[in-house]
Amino acid sequence: MAKNRENGGLPSRRELLAGVVGTAAVGAGAVASAQQADAPKPRPRAPEDPTKMQGLVPRPLGERSAFETPRRLVRVLEPSSSSRTPLQYLQGIVTPADLHFERHHAGIPNIDPERYELLIHGMVERPQTFTLADLKRFPAESKLRFLECSGNGGTAFQNQGRFPNMSPQEMDGLTSTSEWTGVPLKLLFREVGARPEATWFLAEGMDAAVMTRSVPMKKAWDDAIVAYAQNGEPLRPEQGYPVRLFLPGWEGNASVKWLRRLDLSDRPFMTREETSKYTDPLPGEKARMFSFGMDAKSLITFPTFPERLGGPGWWEIRGIAWTGRGLITRVEISTDGGDTWEDAELQDPVLPKCHVRFRKLWNWDGRGATLLSRATDETGYVQPTRDALLAARGSYTRYHYNQIRSWRVESDGQVFFAG
Amino acid sequence: MGKSFLPASCTAAAALWLLSACAPEPSTGSAVVAAEDGAATPVRSQPAPSLPRPELHPGMPGLLNGAELEALHEARERGLRDIEGLPDFGFGEAASPERIAAWDIDIGPDGEGLPPGSGSVERGETLYRLQCVQCHGARGEGSQFEALAGRVPGDRFPFSEDRRYPITVGSYWPYATTLFDYIRRAMPQAAPGSLPPDDVYALTAFILQLNGLLESGDSLDAESLPRIRMPARDRFVRDDRRGGPEVR
Repeated sequence: MAKNRENGGLPSRRELLAGVVGTAAVGAGAVASAQQADAPKPRPRAPEDPTKMQGLVPRPLGERSAFETPRRLVRVLEPSSSSRTPLQYLQGIVTPADLHFERHHAGIPNIDPERYELLIHGMVERPQTFTLADLKRFPAESKLRFLECSGNGGTAFQNQGRFPNMSPQEMDGLTSTSEWTGVPLKLLFREVGARPEATWFLAEGMDAAVMTRSVPMKKAWDDAIVAYAQNGEPLRPEQGYPVRLFLPGWEGNASVKWLRRLDLSDRPFMTREETSKYTDPLPGEKARMFSFGMDAKSLITFPTFPERLGGPGWWEIRGIAWTGRGLITRVEISTDGGDTWEDAELQDPVLPKCHVRFRKLWNWDGRGATLLSRATDETGYVQPTRDALLAARGSYTRYHYNQIRSWRVESDGQVFFAG
Repeated sequence: MGKSFLPASCTAAAALWLLSACAPEPSTGSAVVAAEDGAATPVRSQPAPSLPRPELHPGMPGLLNGAELEALHEARERGLRDIEGLPDFGFGEAASPERIAAWDIDIGPDGEGLPPGSGSVERGETLYRLQCVQCHGARGEGSQFEALAGRVPGDRFPFSEDRRYPITVGSYWPYATTLFDYIRRAMPQAAPGSLPPDDVYALTAFILQLNGLLESGDSLDAESLPRIRMPARDRFVRDDRRGGPEVR
C-alpha cells in the first residue's frame, strides 16, 4: 500500500471500495460509492525540470494540483444520506468547504438567495421577516467552530475491532471545522422583541423534509449564529445555502440548514428528529432527550489505516481533538495499548468548540504497537473508554460515540483500526 | 396483505415483532389509548369540542425547572448586555398573520397548531396503500424505509441493550402529534407536503391503528389526537451530562 503516497496518503479507489464493502454488512441497503463513478485516471504528468519552462497563467477560479484528489466518501446515493470528510488527508484545523461532511434528510434544496426570507414569530413582540440582504446588514460575527453529526463513530462503537480496514474518514468523517460568519441570533431576537417567557424556539429548514428541531432559548442568548458564510464565502448548498442556524458545540442535526423559520414558544415542539431519532437509549429502559452537547473526543489521523509506515524511526503521530463544552486542555497519547500515556503538543490555535490539532513525535522500534489518543476538556471530562461508555449507555445506544479509538501498527508498518 | 386485521394476518416472518401490534396482549396492561389522567379511553370520532387542550405532562423533558429557568434568565441578561451598545436596527419587515400562517405548520405535543378536519382509520388505510406501502411495507413493518408499526411485548423499552425490536411509532415515539406534524411536512417522499389535513389525520389514524393504538372504526381530529397517550411517553429523560469527570 506504499503506493498510496502517490496521492498524498489518501486511500486509493480500490481501497476505499474495499473499506466500503467492509462496512456494508453493518449498514442496511444498497451501497453505492461516488468513487465508483470516477473512472481510474492515469497519474498526472509533470515536466522533468519545471524551472526550464514558463508556468501557467492566472485563472479566475483556482483548483487543486492534479496530483491531489481528495474526495468525500459517499456510502448511499439517496436523498437522506451523508458524505464524510477525508480526515486523514487534512492538516491544521480548517476543513476545505468542498470536503466538509454532509448530512441531510431529503437532499439539497436549490434556493434563490434573492427570494430568501427568514420568518421569526411566536412569542415575540414584532413578528418579522428578514431577507438575506437584511441579515448581511447586521453587525457580523465570525467563529472557527467544529460541527459533528451525533451519529459519528457509531459503526466503530458497535462493531469493535471487527472492521480493521476503516480509515478515519470512514469511521469518524462526519465532523469538520469551518469559519462560520453570520448574525448573532441574540441580536435578531432582540430586534423582534423575544418575550422573556420564551424557553424554546423551533428552527425549520427549507428542504423537502422541512427539517425541524426545538432549541433551548438559552443557546440563542449564549452563542447561536444565523450563518450565511463558511470559510470566507457564501455557504455551500450542502451546508445550508443561503442561511443556516449554527449552534457551536452541539450535535449537527440541531444546526438546521436552509433556515426559513424560527417560532418561539414556552415548550419544545417534540419533532420527529428530537423524539424518534436523535435520542439516546439508556440502561434502565429510558432514553435521553435533547442531548445536544458533544463531549470531548480525539482521533489519531496519522498513522491510520490504510497507511503503511515505511520503516522504524521517527514518525509524528497526528490527530484532532474537540469538545462541545469549551476548550480542549490536554491530549495524551499511548503507544503501548494504554499502559502508559504521554502528553501530545496542542498546536495553535487552540479554540473553544473547535477542532484542535495535536502532535507527538514517536520513535518507532519496528515492533507491533497499539496507538491511542485521549482528550481532556476544561470541565475535567476525560474521553472515556468504550467499556465506560458501554456501562453508561448500553451496547446499542444510538448517538454520541466519543470512546477512545485505537490503531494497531503491525511490524511490517501496516496500520489497522483496532477498536 | 388482505383487509383482515386479525392476528392470523401476521406472517411468520413478522413473527414475535408484529405479534404485539396485531394482537396486543391484555396482560400487558398497556393503556393503548388513554386520557391524560391515565384512564383507558377509546378514542372515537367527534369528541366534545369543548374539551380543553390537554396539559403537558409534568415529566416532559424540556419543561424547565427552577434552576433551568434561572440559568435561562441569566443567559438572557448576559446576552442582551453583550449587544447593549448596538442600536435597534429596524431591518426587516413586519410579518402579517397571513404571512405567518403560510409557513406556520408546526404542531405542539399539546396539539397546538392542529388544523380543522378529521380522518378515519378506514380512509387512512386506503391512502396508505396508495402513498406509503412501497417504502414502509403493507402493515408498517418497513421495507425500503423504516418500520412504522410494532410494539415490544409488555411495552418494554429495551433499546439500549436489545436490537431485536425496531424503533417504531408504537414502540418509541412519545407523542402522537409528532406523527401528524411529520407526515404533513415531509411525506410522501415523492410529493412532500402535498397531503391536505384530512388525509394527514387519516394516515395518522391508520398508523396508530397498525400499532394497536386505535380501533378500526376510529377517527382522529384536533381534539382527539393530542389525547392519545403513547406507550413510550414516559421513557424519555432530560440530558444529565454536564461535563466534569463522570461518564454518563
